[in-house]
Amino acid sequence: METVLSNLYIGVTLASILLLVGLGLTFTFGQMGVINMAHGEFIMAGAYVPYVLQTTLFEHARGTAVLVAFPVAFVVAGLMGALLERVVLRRMHGRPLDTLLVTFGVSLMLQQLAKDLFSAENKEVVTPTWLRGQWHLGGVTLTHTRLFVLLVVVATVAAVWVFLSRLAAGRRMRAVMQNRQLAAVSGLPTGRVDTLTFFLGSGLAGIAGVAVSLIGSIGTTTGTAYVLSAFLVVIVGGLGKLRGVVLAALFLGVINAYVEHATSSTIGKAAVFAFVILFLQLRPNGIVTFQTRGLAA
Amino acid sequence: MVVGLALATTFAACGNDSNSAAGTKTTGGSDSTAASGGTIKVGVLQSLSGTMSISEVAVKNSELLAIKEINDAGGVMGKKLEPVVEDGESKPEVFAQKIQKLLTQDDVSVVFGGWTSASRKAMKPVVEGAHGLLFYPVQYEGLEVSPNIFYTGATTNQQIVPALDYLKEKGLTKVFLVGSDYVFPRTANKEIKAYAAANGLQILGEEYLQLGDTNVQGIVQKVLDAKPQVVFNTLNGDSNVAFFKELKAKGNTPDKIQTVSVSIAEEEVGGVGVDNLAGHLVAWNYYQTTDLPKNKEFVAGFQKEYGADKHTDDPIEAGYNSVYIWKAAVEKAGSFDVAKVIPAAAGIELDTPEGHLTVHASNHHVYKTARIGMVNSNGLIDEVWNSGQPVAPDPCLDTYPWAKGLATGEARAECDAAK
Repeated sequence: METVLSNLYIGVTLASILLLVGLGLTFTFGQMGVINMAHGEFIMAGAYVPYVLQTTLFEHARGTAVLVAFPVAFVVAGLMGALLERVVLRRMHGRPLDTLLVTFGVSLMLQQLAKDLFSAENKEVVTPTWLRGQWHLGGVTLTHTRLFVLLVVVATVAAVWVFLSRLAAGRRMRAVMQNRQLAAVSGLPTGRVDTLTFFLGSGLAGIAGVAVSLIGSIGTTTGTAYVLSAFLVVIVGGLGKLRGVVLAALFLGVINAYVEHATSSTIGKAAVFAFVILFLQLRPNGIVTFQTRGLAA
Repeated sequence: MVVGLALATTFAACGNDSNSAAGTKTTGGSDSTAASGGTIKVGVLQSLSGTMSISEVAVKNSELLAIKEINDAGGVMGKKLEPVVEDGESKPEVFAQKIQKLLTQDDVSVVFGGWTSASRKAMKPVVEGAHGLLFYPVQYEGLEVSPNIFYTGATTNQQIVPALDYLKEKGLTKVFLVGSDYVFPRTANKEIKAYAAANGLQILGEEYLQLGDTNVQGIVQKVLDAKPQVVFNTLNGDSNVAFFKELKAKGNTPDKIQTVSVSIAEEEVGGVGVDNLAGHLVAWNYYQTTDLPKNKEFVAGFQKEYGADKHTDDPIEAGYNSVYIWKAAVEKAGSFDVAKVIPAAAGIELDTPEGHLTVHASNHHVYKTARIGMVNSNGLIDEVWNSGQPVAPDPCLDTYPWAKGLATGEARAECDAAK
């Protein structure tokens, strides 16, 4: 029972990471259909934010630095994304393969930029004192860092849900996604909506970056470790569907945890991919699908 | 000839506007350019991008530092060294391709490079086929003696075996093996298990993570469930960061579960976090704190060149030594010709930052003092034990009865040929 519970916990916390890195992609990939290979580098940019804050302005308040890092990383990564959309992607509408190559190039450039700015060595983000510790619950050790990440994910998902379903800007975004031409003739500024979409999606990657800086490495290749998982979650979840992405992250995280416990880490990963392949045979459009006449491509 | 063909293809492929590109390429040069000019080309091939760049960039820097020092002192046999730096991109296949380029296109006299054993294994057939010369600067799993490679880091019996001796002596006999999933950790763990069986160590588990994987919770849970006294850690790269963060977050301190790492040196400590590593053990042959006059000079020179906040560590030092060993061998041979330099290297003695260094008479490895260190709260490593004198390299572990049968096939043949 103990191992069942502890692996469930591992699965859920892993899912929280998958969800967080994938959430931004539900906007840029899911809503706009852009395969943005530089998404990982927005995560990386976010991961550097707490490091920069801890070594400059917040040298004597490193715990606060981590909290401040979330909004700062959201804006920094968001602006990077908006810039990418304005300068490059805008010119490549409806050319998904070109976009893939271009954003891959951008991803390499951003990695090199990070190397020039921060050097190739990994950086350290000091864990705030209030995150050092753990609770023991029924034989399961709950570490404060993972619980904190879980909390961040829940809050972020809630905020995204409110935005998409309750705010006018969110409704406009969905309208443009579901039928770009109809939205345009209805008077929606689709160009501006695109930029906003990219700002939000990339900003969410920045938030993910701050979260993963607490549990993993902070370096120029930090993003590449997560970008594949991010796409996986979004594809399994169903493009642009928040509910689907949450479910997909949970499925994949828990499957990984249990298979890994029974076998090994490598086989756990393989099992996730095997599951994804099988699943997409049954539901090619992901867990949650929707009907639309003109899917924005 | 091969170069000529490649050039012709470039011309044909690029058409009219290829003149400038091809023009620069022809300077790649044949043997005559390399020998008759005032410079001699040497290759430096490390990962400057990808997951291993966190470790390898600094090794590239120390190799370039040694080259610079040698040039400032007049070069090698009157010739200045001209480094050709290439990026292995943390991908073994890129290492193979780049060393091919260095040896056949740039006609370098020697290549300094590689880190992961996967990268070395990928370069080995290429450097052997091209009759080139490679200096490999990192500790590794042993069981290899290539006629075209010199191994200036530790082989197993100079690092892992002494570390196991140390654990046994300290009574830390319940061991859990954690490593990255590639050739070095897999082979090292095979050797550790053979040692354990003969020396009363108990192996409680053996788990691997893919290189660069940061999803460590499952493995940490397995370690905690097994309740070992010590984790023998052969993880490489970013996985270490996640592993030690998770271990610490779960409330583990070195007095509960000790760890011994063989791929974490001063350069990596900062990235993993001093907080997460302080009090944990590492096994190497050199530390920045190693108290020798030659080392003080080396550290000062390295920090002057690259910044006072930069650390030196074992592979950085071994990379630096490699260039000097090659220089000594060239001077002894009186030639840059690989066929003459290789035999001349045998028995070379040098004063290095890690102490007196001798190149083995036949097996292409070097004598090294084994040192166990503990990470301190400043992010440096303090030596807690050493082997007293340099340990003779024994890549096939032929002097250890428990290792009988580990060296098979190609490894066996290579070690026998090097006797």
